[in-house]
Amino acid sequence: MSAVGRRMGRLEDRRLLRGLGHFVDDVNRVGQLWMRVFRSPHAHARITSVQTDEALALPGVEAVLTGEDIAWARPIPVRTRTKHQLDNFLQPVLARDRVRYVGEPIAVVLAEDPYLAEDAVELIRVEYEELPVVLDARSAIEADDSRSLDGFESEAATLSMGYGDVEEAFRSAAHVVEIEVKIGRHSGVPLETRGLVADYDAGSDHLTIWGATKVPHFNRRVLSQMLGMPLNRISMKKSDAGGGFGVRGEFYPEDFLVPYLARETGRPVKWIEDRAENLVAANHSREQVHRISAAFDEEHRLLGLHDEVWQDNGAYIRTHGVIVPDLTLAMLPGPYRVPAYEGVAHVALTNKTPCGTYRGPGRYESTFAREHLLDVAAARLGIDRLELRRINLLETSELPHTRPLSTLGTDVVLDAGDYEGLLDKALDRSGFDGWEKEARELRAEGRLVGTGVGYFLEKSGTGPYEEAIVEVDPTGSVRVITGGASLGQGIETVLAQIAADQLSVPPEEIEVVHTETDLLPDGVGSWASRSTVVGGSAVMLAAKATAEKALRVATTMLEAATEDLRLESARVRVDGSPDKSVSLGEIAAACEPHSGLAEGEESGLGARRTFSVDHMTYPYGVHLAQVEVDPETGGVEIRRYFVAYEVGRAVNPTLVEGQLVGGAAQGLGGALLEEFRYDDSGQPLAATFIDYMEPTAAEVPRVETLICEDAPSPDNPLGLKGAGEGGTVGCGAAVVSAVEDALGMPGSIKALPVSPSKIRALLRESDRAGSTAAEAASFSS
Amino acid sequence: MKPAAFEYRRATAVEDAVDQLTELGDEAKLLAGGQSLVPMMNFRLVRPSALVDVAGIPDLQYLEPHDGRGLKIGALTPHRWVEEMEDPELLEGFSVLKRAARWVGHYPIRTLGTFGGSIAHGDPSAEWCLLAALLDAEVVAVGSGGERVIPASDFFHGFFMTALEPDEMIVEVRFPQPAPNAALQEFARRAGDYAIVAAAVTLDMEDGKCRSARVVLGGVADVPLRVPEAERVLEGADVGREAFEEAGREAAKVVDPPSDVQGTSEYRRDLSAVMVRRALEEAAGDVG
Repeated sequence: MSAVGRRMGRLEDRRLLRGLGHFVDDVNRVGQLWMRVFRSPHAHARITSVQTDEALALPGVEAVLTGEDIAWARPIPVRTRTKHQLDNFLQPVLARDRVRYVGEPIAVVLAEDPYLAEDAVELIRVEYEELPVVLDARSAIEADDSRSLDGFESEAATLSMGYGDVEEAFRSAAHVVEIEVKIGRHSGVPLETRGLVADYDAGSDHLTIWGATKVPHFNRRVLSQMLGMPLNRISMKKSDAGGGFGVRGEFYPEDFLVPYLARETGRPVKWIEDRAENLVAANHSREQVHRISAAFDEEHRLLGLHDEVWQDNGAYIRTHGVIVPDLTLAMLPGPYRVPAYEGVAHVALTNKTPCGTYRGPGRYESTFAREHLLDVAAARLGIDRLELRRINLLETSELPHTRPLSTLGTDVVLDAGDYEGLLDKALDRSGFDGWEKEARELRAEGRLVGTGVGYFLEKSGTGPYEEAIVEVDPTGSVRVITGGASLGQGIETVLAQIAADQLSVPPEEIEVVHTETDLLPDGVGSWASRSTVVGGSAVMLAAKATAEKALRVATTMLEAATEDLRLESARVRVDGSPDKSVSLGEIAAACEPHSGLAEGEESGLGARRTFSVDHMTYPYGVHLAQVEVDPETGGVEIRRYFVAYEVGRAVNPTLVEGQLVGGAAQGLGGALLEEFRYDDSGQPLAATFIDYMEPTAAEVPRVETLICEDAPSPDNPLGLKGAGEGGTVGCGAAVVSAVEDALGMPGSIKALPVSPSKIRALLRESDRAGSTAAEAASFSS
Repeated sequence: MKPAAFEYRRATAVEDAVDQLTELGDEAKLLAGGQSLVPMMNFRLVRPSALVDVAGIPDLQYLEPHDGRGLKIGALTPHRWVEEMEDPELLEGFSVLKRAARWVGHYPIRTLGTFGGSIAHGDPSAEWCLLAALLDAEVVAVGSGGERVIPASDFFHGFFMTALEPDEMIVEVRFPQPAPNAALQEFARRAGDYAIVAAAVTLDMEDGKCRSARVVLGGVADVPLRVPEAERVLEGADVGREAFEEAGREAAKVVDPPSDVQGTSEYRRDLSAVMVRRALEEAAGDVG
């Protein structure tokens, strides 16, 4: 049986569930110092002085570093290709003259233990001159508040894209519907906070670093440039990671400071972020306002879409550049036939923690805006909301569908798909008719129960390439080395499954290594749902090449013709001669130099391969929800939740389901609970897990899933589409759709997250309106 | 999130704890379950010079009858013991404690946190503080001056502020009168979170009429807030939804709750009405 497609538990769990994992905080080096960051307590201020004497005088403190000490250090560069000029908005490693958000690093302390380090940070004296704060993206841009940002323009970039004659579409439309919605500021918030350990060996001028995730190879390049060290003098070592979600693993100020200070002091340096830091220091995401409108003809066909977006990017442009607004605009038309489209995104700088990507970046936001618009349109046009979607979904015959848009440096070409077919399957499998009927019946009893739908288009498998090495040693042990990274998503299992089929070795026996730059010096990393699609394809190529080499060498060993050989159960066998075979280990031994059995072959059994791809692949799916609103408390209970997702081919359906369910937990958090709010002075109000409300097991409903494999991607050998983000993307749309259905108030919810307080406010308002209407009626009668 | 340096001591008996507190001075604190104190220390919001760990003091974990019909709870009794209370004699008058225990934090907190610790912490939305205020509990504290009994009505002074002296340790909390018709209801956005609003009520009923009632709200003020206006509505009224709703509306009218991330002041007023009504319904339906 093929290993690809098999449901199997995560191989990682063999160590993780026994407490044998190695996380960055498990790394301890002899003689290490602990780093602690002094962070700005003000959202916007001029720094007038920084005094470090007292901190330095504390016994056990080794060093204190301020922005002045590393004035030469360049700001942190953008990782992703962009045509926008963003150099003026990049974050310095340590602030010098000015701080722009609460939590911005100003200085760091190195001490013998983390307690002393925190004591010492309290002894650093910084004087500030507080400045006015900018906290609202749109009003900042409209007021052109650049003066208060001191030279920073409030609008760091303006993105626009589109095609077709949008003006004409709206002019000739039978119906135009416009809404304005906001998506709250929330983010990934992995349970394992960030951390880094660096050890510098002066004798060999070599840095070894633990704790890099997501894009270790990229971060190594940045570090090499910033430290002026050759790439091959920097080794990134693997560790387990307790969640990434796009947030963890990017190059942050600490990713420079820890290795730099290890080199400067000659002692290992360790830094483990605490939760209070994490909530103000690691990337935020999502906060956008959309003013979106659609033009329809008489038959309710979309003629055009227009969207204007204000993105609150926080204080700086970080490594993601303007990827989030870029993806927002590029993905906004979704799975629909949209003859004309125009999207504009204003990227505003504010005095908040800077933003980056978070699981489903741009899609969570644009899916909510677009699907909500369709719900409101359906209500206004008096048409069934599912029917409106069916009318406008692209048909299979229209795919592949090229949109004159590009994002992440590649054109948008929607590959294989059957959008309406997936909707039918989802409605059928979930029993959605029954959900709706039940909701109607319960509403008739006076309860506020409703159903909702959020159709989405995903993107995955971002190139341009990934690397993989497959090695078989003379004992027969197989090792796969990937340029991707493990963030807890199960990539080790999936890559083992892919290699297993090529080598005829059980996946359980294959070791998968990631984030080891000494073993594989190049890689693109784990983001954009690309590790299985692109990384897996590279592993497949490398494993296939390894199997081919094994067969070649075996022809000499077994004195048989290639066409008579087959690889089966980790042995090359000769057809028709059951006792003639050699194991992969024996072949590997034969591949050692001087064996005389592998003439003309490079030594060793294995191969390194690169898989390159031009276009992304576009999965799609639908979220369905049934909710009940408690009219008295405004609380929302999710009674039923269903995610259907087209994945091309599921390497491990159990892990795909895990991705969908885990993704939904995060998406639902953003829909109902999680929000980084600030007070009027720019102080964060969600600085602990009491106020930043991630859903717990008690709040996350049972999420039913349907994995579809009806439209394999033509862009990679296994037909894979990425599965990492689809569970998240449709949540905002489906939940709001269901809540408004329950309330019977289409278009009433204008912002995520939907809090009980806001629902009560809506109901109070409608009660008042209702009683006013009743009074008016009684007067007139 | 590492605490500032502190001295750690372990007490073997109540007198020992009091002696050590006296010796160490005002900046020392007692450590029991640590479920509120330790996070606050990690944030350096509190910086005790010393902790006297009382968790190992024997004989302070109990739920027992008190003076005939009452209940006394040893200060170091974990919340979880209250949740698991099974003695039918105690449950007859005090099942409200068992029913309310499920609202106390999460399972690990209920396992480690202590009844006396919660009262000493004095969080105005804490379930035990509300029930202490509701049921006229008596807080028994031992200090260098000996033992004293503090009525709950005099105990809570403000956010995390109580009548306890720096050298005093709570040893017991007594509930003198059974409350067969009492209930606590609360609303939070997540299981285990602090209540946005909590209402604790007790009813004294006879022949379908309410003879007297008591209503206490949490989450709307800096102490567990008794609402006499709502209580007056109930006195002499027919037991039932109408009176309960009226009491809720009255409570909503008189409270002046703060606005925060969880909800506006107006929202908390709405919730006050709902929680009072729901608690009254539960109390009326519960005959022990």
